[in-house]
Amino acid sequence: MKRRLLPVLAGAICVLQSSGAYADNADLIKRGAYVAVLGDCEACHTAHDGKYLAGGLALQSPLGAIYSTNITPDRNTGIGTWSYDDFVRLMRRGIRKDGSSVYPAMPYPSYSKMTDEDLQALYAYLTQGVAPVSLKNRAPDIPWLLSARWPLAIWRLLFAPSPAPPLPSASYDETPDALVERGRYLVEGPGHCGSCHTPRNLVLAEKAQTATDGPKYLSGGFIVDNWVAPSLRSDDVGGLVGWTSEDIVAFLKTGRNRYGATFGAMNGVIAHSTSLTNDHDLAAIAAFLKTLGPPPGVSVETFRYDDAVSRQLFAGKMPSEGAKIYVDRCAACHRTDGRGYPGVFPPLAGNPVLQGPDATSAAHIILSGGRLPGVSAAPSSLVMGSYREVLDDQQIADLVTFLGQSWGNHGAAMTAPQVAKIRQATTDERRPAGD
Amino acid sequence: MVSRSEKHTDVVIVGFGWVGAIMARELTQAGLNVVALERGPRRDTWPQGAYPSSIDELTHNTRHALFLQPSQSTVTVRHRESDVAAPYRQLAAFLPGTGVGGAGLHWSGCHWRISPAELRLRSHYEERYGKDFIPQDMTIQDWGVSYEELEPHFAFAESVFGTSGQAYKVNGKIVGDGNPFDADRSTPFPLPAMKNTYSAELYSKAAAECGYHPFRIPSANASQAYTNPYGCQMGACTFCGFCSGYACYNYSKASPNVNIFPALERESRFELRAECDVLKVETDSSGKKATGVIYRTSKGEEVRQTADIVILASFAYNNPYLLLLSRIGQPYDPKTGEGTVGRNFVYQNESGVTLFFGQDKFTNPFIGAGGNGVAIDDFNADNFDHGPLGFVGGAPIWVNQAGSKPISSATVPKGTPQWGAHWKKAVKDNFQHTISIHAHGTNMAFRDCYLSLDPTYSDTAGRPLLRITFNWHDNDVKMIRYVTDRMADIGRAMKPESMSIETKEFGEEFDLRHYQTTHIAGGAIMGTSPKDSVVNRYLQHWEVPNLFVIGSSAFPQGIGYNPTGTVAALAYWSAKAIRERYLKSPGPMVQA
Repeated sequence: MKRRLLPVLAGAICVLQSSGAYADNADLIKRGAYVAVLGDCEACHTAHDGKYLAGGLALQSPLGAIYSTNITPDRNTGIGTWSYDDFVRLMRRGIRKDGSSVYPAMPYPSYSKMTDEDLQALYAYLTQGVAPVSLKNRAPDIPWLLSARWPLAIWRLLFAPSPAPPLPSASYDETPDALVERGRYLVEGPGHCGSCHTPRNLVLAEKAQTATDGPKYLSGGFIVDNWVAPSLRSDDVGGLVGWTSEDIVAFLKTGRNRYGATFGAMNGVIAHSTSLTNDHDLAAIAAFLKTLGPPPGVSVETFRYDDAVSRQLFAGKMPSEGAKIYVDRCAACHRTDGRGYPGVFPPLAGNPVLQGPDATSAAHIILSGGRLPGVSAAPSSLVMGSYREVLDDQQIADLVTFLGQSWGNHGAAMTAPQVAKIRQATTDERRPAGD
Repeated sequence: MVSRSEKHTDVVIVGFGWVGAIMARELTQAGLNVVALERGPRRDTWPQGAYPSSIDELTHNTRHALFLQPSQSTVTVRHRESDVAAPYRQLAAFLPGTGVGGAGLHWSGCHWRISPAELRLRSHYEERYGKDFIPQDMTIQDWGVSYEELEPHFAFAESVFGTSGQAYKVNGKIVGDGNPFDADRSTPFPLPAMKNTYSAELYSKAAAECGYHPFRIPSANASQAYTNPYGCQMGACTFCGFCSGYACYNYSKASPNVNIFPALERESRFELRAECDVLKVETDSSGKKATGVIYRTSKGEEVRQTADIVILASFAYNNPYLLLLSRIGQPYDPKTGEGTVGRNFVYQNESGVTLFFGQDKFTNPFIGAGGNGVAIDDFNADNFDHGPLGFVGGAPIWVNQAGSKPISSATVPKGTPQWGAHWKKAVKDNFQHTISIHAHGTNMAFRDCYLSLDPTYSDTAGRPLLRITFNWHDNDVKMIRYVTDRMADIGRAMKPESMSIETKEFGEEFDLRHYQTTHIAGGAIMGTSPKDSVVNRYLQHWEVPNLFVIGSSAFPQGIGYNPTGTVAALAYWSAKAIRERYLKSPGPMVQA
């Protein structure tokens, strides 16, 4: 702690001597900008090709699309008139300045754990460090009656009853325990990883808010925009059991590592949040995730490669229709041995996406393709093209089934009607996905 | 009419191919604000290289999807001073690039350095063969820069391109079975050499049997996955065979788009404007200072972009074309030999041998990569005694199996009818059983081969077209015939059933109708004196010191190798001079 604090103090003293409060405030705004990165405000509050934090991004809910709000300091359409108390009430309790409740798409149950210090910095940044944009908030596409907000208040009382206490946080101490605690804060608090990676109950509440709530926390399986969020626990059903802390850090920093590459909904998280997170915080996130054991009844064995299929393919023997399609369409990059070119073209052997009972993500990426976000530590925005017009439902089903059963993978089979459903649901998506 | 002006910038770059990308990267790193203007559209691996639509021969090779269409801009061509030049209306002999990445997006990937002797060609020949050896009308000259000076830049360019190859000598020590004629290197290649195709294996064996020194061609098709010093990533080449004329779908072929742009795009000091066609470079009233450029947008709007430094980085002959249009420097006059702009226009001088094998020998010609293969350098540069031969120049000879595409690779033995059932049968019988060997020879500069503005034809903006006056000379025919004989010897040693030879005849005229190569050079050449060159050894204009003209346009004469490696090294060399010398003290870096 001392190591980091000293230069900050020294800096603060210089600042006080020169220009006083203004520079102090500038520092607060700067810290707030980093908190906004940790909280990934941009992911939801900036629309495609839209102005920064001016909202308008459609978020699909089972009832219809809802639209993210304008959180720039514009006084008429943004949060320019919000006091710090208004802001904190929203972040901790999900209640807007006008008294109405927000949809739980806004992860206030997670944000409620943020420290006062971080919220103050974030408030300073949002109200003083962001350019105001005049853009009216858009009403949700949810039919009348269902669009009433009062049930949200009940939801809030049931599932997010305890706004406090904030977690202890911003420790920069590098002892292992402190690292894990910092990681816990980032993951459970501003990072709101559970929003996607924790399964939700029938009324869309996360089944666990924190690691201490039990092994459902971050155990994956929730489907967001037709992508299955994988488990972040140490299990082998798409979990991180085989990943070292360094693998996790590489993935968060660059969107790629030796086991895989980001796609779908995670792309924005990489681009706007984790690639901009400092190395200490990334190491903390990794250290915390590595403390999460497997959910009950799930194996913790690491993936074991089986070369039977690669030997067949190398000999020109096609064990299935899916194998033929694979050799024809996929093997140039991912190779007949399924090992790909780690860091560039993801290995499919052992890929978390291809384990477990739900292969939705695999079918989705074949249909829509994917674009890796270019980030400063890895600027290449590598693209896998879309195969929507190249392969029909049966071919994709055969291919996904082949992928799930080859090289030691233990993934699910898929049927043509299942592919058809995903195809239908993703027809209007940008291609390649993540573009 | 100029309708508006853009905000002043430190550097404006005309053209965004390899040179534009390299200069933009180097100069933004030096803290300068850079605007790059590209005539063509935005292009990238996706969607231009999206699999499987990218590997469509009809769209790309036959219909020229990625090249500059003559309807947008073209040149006129004539053989001699007394002819009236006619417009090049249908792309064939050469395929000029356009769009983001330029020709660097659709090149093959042969990534060479240069023979040190070629950099001081006139001095070298005069020293070794005497002053009278070089014919009177041959206007070859020294480049003004040495191999030793360029070496670090060749090395760095290879690290950026992810070049695959086997070095022969590194820091004076022999390290492997590379090209024994290569000059010393400071580094090994960043990636190991690519695997050989079967055809290249056969060629390598036969060439060695003939007493020559086969080696694997340095290739900018990645033999393994690679991350370059800019953090840009490449995938390993799959030998799909769709390199030249295509955007690589696999991120395996080096291009400005794959190897530089991803890093540059994140740079706030950089701005790329596509579909901005530069009409002219403007100078102040003294004519000694470039003030910027005028360009035309896709909407037809004319815009002024002022800058402290102007860099011409467009396709080979467009650099001298822009100088001629802008009236910068004195146009070359072949009658008097005076003037420099347009002087020493050169091409590449090629020949080939096709071997036809029996039905039991499968050569799998559909496998390939643009930069892949085996070459010998025994007859390139001055690696052999020219004294008794009486010509200047030479050629590497190679099997560069770039991958046969279904339409263009209908290779049949001589005497086969050109259509009908017999032709079809011959295509079927031979497709899997042929190997081609090529000589990729030098074209020397001659007094009567040059570029000028056409007096007859103009483009849609009212600019006169660029006119090429060019024809083959006996020196080059002599050279290619000699090299072709050596090539045929190796071909025979490969024991084909039959062989067909394509070479040049004395008196043969330049034929625009068949693809030869896009390796065009000269016209704004570098050198040691403003009397016979447009730019100095740093690629800086002799008379307008804040104007840099970079590319194969600076080659004083043709070289045996493909030009891209040397173009990239010259760009890094020029960028270093700008960064370390010019910025500290703007002005001429060489006193005339």
